[in-house]
Amino acid sequence: MAVVQAELPVKTAVASERRSGAWAYVRRHPTIVLGGALLLAMAALAIFAPYLGTVDPQALSPIHRLKWPSATHWFGTDMLGRDVYSRTIYGTRVSLTVGLSVAVLATALGLLFGLITGFNRWADAIGMRIMDGLMSIPSVLIAIALMALTRASLRNVVFAITVAEVPRVSRLVRGVVLTLREQPFVEAALASGTSYFRILSRHILPNTLAPLLVQGTFIAASAMITEAILSFLGAGTPPNIPSWGNIMAEGRSLFQVSYYIVLFPGLMLSLAVLAINLVGDGLRDALDPRLARRM
Amino acid sequence: MFAYVVRRVLATIPVMAVVAIFVFALLHLSPGDPAAIIAGDTATAQDIARIRTALGLDQPLYIQFGTWLWHLVRGDLGISIFTNLPVSHLIAQRVEPTVALTVSTLVVSIAAAIPLGVVAAWKAGSWVDRLVMIFAVLGFSVPIFVLAYVLIYLFAIKTDLLPVQGYVSFRDGIRPFLSHLVLPSLALGMVYTALVARITRASMLDVLAQDYIRTAQAKGLSHDKVLIGHALKNAAVPIATIIGIGVALLISGVVVTETVFAIPGLGRLTVDAILRRDYPIIQGIILIFSAVYVVINLLVDLSYTLLDPRIRY
Repeated sequence: MAVVQAELPVKTAVASERRSGAWAYVRRHPTIVLGGALLLAMAALAIFAPYLGTVDPQALSPIHRLKWPSATHWFGTDMLGRDVYSRTIYGTRVSLTVGLSVAVLATALGLLFGLITGFNRWADAIGMRIMDGLMSIPSVLIAIALMALTRASLRNVVFAITVAEVPRVSRLVRGVVLTLREQPFVEAALASGTSYFRILSRHILPNTLAPLLVQGTFIAASAMITEAILSFLGAGTPPNIPSWGNIMAEGRSLFQVSYYIVLFPGLMLSLAVLAINLVGDGLRDALDPRLARRM
Repeated sequence: MFAYVVRRVLATIPVMAVVAIFVFALLHLSPGDPAAIIAGDTATAQDIARIRTALGLDQPLYIQFGTWLWHLVRGDLGISIFTNLPVSHLIAQRVEPTVALTVSTLVVSIAAAIPLGVVAAWKAGSWVDRLVMIFAVLGFSVPIFVLAYVLIYLFAIKTDLLPVQGYVSFRDGIRPFLSHLVLPSLALGMVYTALVARITRASMLDVLAQDYIRTAQAKGLSHDKVLIGHALKNAAVPIATIIGIGVALLISGVVVTETVFAIPGLGRLTVDAILRRDYPIIQGIILIFSAVYVVINLLVDLSYTLLDPRIRY
């Protein structure tokens, strides 16, 4: 009886969504829409950076050093006279690139390892011991260690953060595969002689996509923070590329006199991470209603 | 029970072995000659040769690993390239501030997070719940160093209530010791508090929906008796788990927090080592931090039997 009662409101909700379209979607998933809009705005900043009233973010101007925010320099200038507004806007490019690249690479690699270890006992025994070991090293430390050994470049930053994120994704995918493997429909497919590859691609893979999408957004957020941390500590994006972490690192020693240098990139970083987290939370609620009530 | 403890302790050996192999392999995974990279761009051929011998990089790989592991087991973490001092000695010098910072953060965070989560679950759907959830999302989104600077600005520069940065040992007085820890602990603990509060709320919601909670309320127990005695006690296992797992966030955060607040601890040592490419120090610190993390999670695992008598081994 409870089941019948539960189904009715769902149907009406779907019907009303069809009728009023976009607005109903906003009402049902406010966090996805809010976070998505923020992210789109960020992406626009990154893409159109040269046309947004910015100057060359590397241009030095010794006579305009450490100027407070004004009409000519909206976010002020740093100790080399560079325009903090231009640097912050251009920094959006670095953060979004790192977030997106790491999310895509880490989920792809994690998916591969997760599928292999979930379906092969030997690979599982060895692979998961390795993942357990790697997961007991805090991810920022893995990234720091890798960056300390390679030369600073954006590609190496992406690589270092990806290595740190892969174990968690592998574990997630493996968990999904392990539960799916015991499901009757997989058993039926095995019994009727379906090849492993076909079972993986037709039955297992599609079921991992929803949790991977959610995990991917959280990885993007954590990758952006890690990039900023690495750059802030001097082990990340090379200093000739303006990134939020770099700008904050340069403003660090001047914080007591010119806190605006740290403030604006910090604000942008928090907004970007918040936007992604909102999308991630919304996606998780939308894709896993059982969990949604609790989290 | 005893057999379980032994088994669980033994299970940490392969984990630590993987950490050790990873830390060792780091030097060899990197593209190019590690000795040349550590020596830096301005190094002469002699510098590179000196570093290569110092790190034993001229030996065959299995001998290098064997020697390194043998030293490690005896507590020898190698010699710092820059200062020529033993790494274990350098680490021992810097342990106190880091331990003080993480312990105070743990205490403050857990003391704040569990009540927040309990109240949010009890008043689920109310404005209190909403506030806690908004706090949780913000706590995850504002990076430590951004929050740290906001705190410094508000409480140290604008109002002069607390010191801007630095560390004072507890031997030089409890008051300055604590006052120097307030801001760093708040900054470092934000993400952790958000995480623990969120899991506490979720775990409490699960338990509060159980029949025995209704029974407890029906027989007229007071709210706090139901919440603390019946609900929180049964929600304790997931909370303990996240307290253990979340320590990874604290360890990652220590590096940043110590840099912002100029605290001379292990995090600061790490950053100095990165800038000087002093690889033995980085290796040693990763090993120590990972070992601490593994041991804490081992203790959490073992605490399950105390928290929930239904769990027997």
